[in-house]
Amino acid sequence: MTSWSRLDRRLILVNLTVLAAPVALLLLNRVVTGGRLGLQVAISLASLFVTLLVICGISLMRYLTTRYRIVGDRIELRSGLLFRSRRAVPIHRVRSIDLTADPMHRMFGLTTLRIDTGEQGPAAGHRLRLDGLRAADAAELRRQILARRATATGTTDDDGLIGELDWSWLRYAPLTVWGVGSVFVAFGTVYRILAEMKVNPLELGVVRDAVDRFGSVPLWFGILVTTLIVVGLGVLSSTAAYIEGWSGYRLRREDDRFQIRRGLLATRSVGIQRNRVRGVELAEPIPLRWAGGARLNAVASGLGNVEDNRRRRALTPPAPRAETLRIAVEVLGQDASLIARAGLTPHPRAALRRRINRGLTTVALIAAVPVGLGLWLSPTLVRAGLITAALLVPIAILLAIDAYRTLGHGIRDRHLVISAGTFTRRTVALQESGIIGWNISRSFLQRRHGLLTLGATTAAGDSVYKVRDVTVPDGLALAEDAVPGLLRPFLERRQ
Amino acid sequence: MSDHPVGEWRLRPPRERVHPRAIGWWASQAALIGLPLPLTFAILWLTIPPTRGFFGWATVIALVPAVVYNVVMPAWRYRVHRWETTDTAVYAASGWLWQRWRIVPLSRVQTVDTVRGPLQQMFGLSGVTVTTASAAGAVKINGLDQRVAAGLVERLTRSTEAIPVDAT
Repeated sequence: MTSWSRLDRRLILVNLTVLAAPVALLLLNRVVTGGRLGLQVAISLASLFVTLLVICGISLMRYLTTRYRIVGDRIELRSGLLFRSRRAVPIHRVRSIDLTADPMHRMFGLTTLRIDTGEQGPAAGHRLRLDGLRAADAAELRRQILARRATATGTTDDDGLIGELDWSWLRYAPLTVWGVGSVFVAFGTVYRILAEMKVNPLELGVVRDAVDRFGSVPLWFGILVTTLIVVGLGVLSSTAAYIEGWSGYRLRREDDRFQIRRGLLATRSVGIQRNRVRGVELAEPIPLRWAGGARLNAVASGLGNVEDNRRRRALTPPAPRAETLRIAVEVLGQDASLIARAGLTPHPRAALRRRINRGLTTVALIAAVPVGLGLWLSPTLVRAGLITAALLVPIAILLAIDAYRTLGHGIRDRHLVISAGTFTRRTVALQESGIIGWNISRSFLQRRHGLLTLGATTAAGDSVYKVRDVTVPDGLALAEDAVPGLLRPFLERRQ
Repeated sequence: MSDHPVGEWRLRPPRERVHPRAIGWWASQAALIGLPLPLTFAILWLTIPPTRGFFGWATVIALVPAVVYNVVMPAWRYRVHRWETTDTAVYAASGWLWQRWRIVPLSRVQTVDTVRGPLQQMFGLSGVTVTTASAAGAVKINGLDQRVAAGLVERLTRSTEAIPVDAT
């Protein structure tokens, strides 16, 4: 690309859209006032229109005069009519290249390309912006620059953007589990605050009214409406949390670290040292999984204690599974097949029996509470307990079967890969070199069934990653494969 | 998956047992946990005659599991708790109903500490904790004779100093 290229023609349309604001205001005014336009309103609208027209003209001028090209080992940018500027940035200085698009750009398929050279000093010196490239052109330009930089500096790593927020991912926001829970938290908080202010919330007019209404309709209808309201509020709050937490999300490679920036009101910026990344974890909570979504976490050391680690390990928001896998590939520098569940070694049938038994025990304990109270107080409670049990048993069994199918382990590309989880399916790929010991545990029942749980301890992430309920020989072989020689002196042949 | 024989291997117990006095230590620990409740019931049974029927049964019901725990757990633990060190690793087994085996390569050891609770001291025992960079990776060997524990700490410290550090 040695000839000059220019910005996309559609940028003119984008520029013109700013003029829509005064026009819309004028129309709104006509509707509200019924056609009478006050002098003051007319003057302010006119001045706004003129101002925007000037802005529009400047943008148009920029479109007309901006040219860019790659020549040899530098990027050249030319712009301006009255104040002509001409800049050249050596490609080996390029630190990172961002592609961003605001909603208006996106509507017209345009993108802004930003080149950061990472130099300190006056703002104009280290940043280069091309505002209004066709999305495909921008991606191509980025690729070319990175390719040339790789040959120039001998580095194969392409610094720069790995992932960024796509607003269509917002559809996954309601599927994050804590939404409904947060409604109860909010209710609880309001109740507490009112109680602190010596107001009995149950005496409030609104609440009394609601309680009266609840009492005046059939019970099932009342419960249905209440459930719908709670779920509705939950969806709202989790969507709001998603927007607040993940607006402006971008994950990029910067020198020796991965940098995650996100957040609307509070901007979080987390840097994860690349040499401290020991693997990744793909988390798929049940509702998200059904919708084909997932979250990606880094398994890295140096992110702080357990709580800090929870907060800082996220590499992606809830997003399409394919996208999280693509990002995992970029982060690990490995094939996507690394954390694919297909091809993992399944666990023995005894693991299924254990999961079913555990599910049934949980159901029995839940049902035992009303049944026990009912035997003492009233037969209605006994019936309620039994109905609960009858409803929960199939759910427990289905969850157990699903949890069993999720179980899998294997060694791939010098990584220990583990898949497990009942409500949240977690697939972890942990570098073998990150394993700093083994915790093997066997409960009484596991010993009877010839099973063991193999825990790989590590300085990164959750400290220990467990392969649950494998047969003893399989588990030991897996450990020996992952860290050859560590376990070997402590093994013996079965008599 | 691998070239070594699968299906015939199992984890062997570590070579060294803990000191037999550990049985007494575990038993007194169990007594401290299990006896206060039946003791309280028994005192109530003695001092409040009208409630004798209730507290009699309460004492028995609370006492039986405590006694069983006190008799079974220490002996069982003594069979399981073992430890071993080689030139390259620390290996320890612990637990009774729920058993654990922990292996840590010496190259990953960060610190080696002795821990002695008041009860352990009364029995002349000592514990050794070997920590790694993993929060879940510590190996604890409890119920060692104090001299054995001191020797173990000495040996582990020396060999971890000799081996190049690769803690994380």
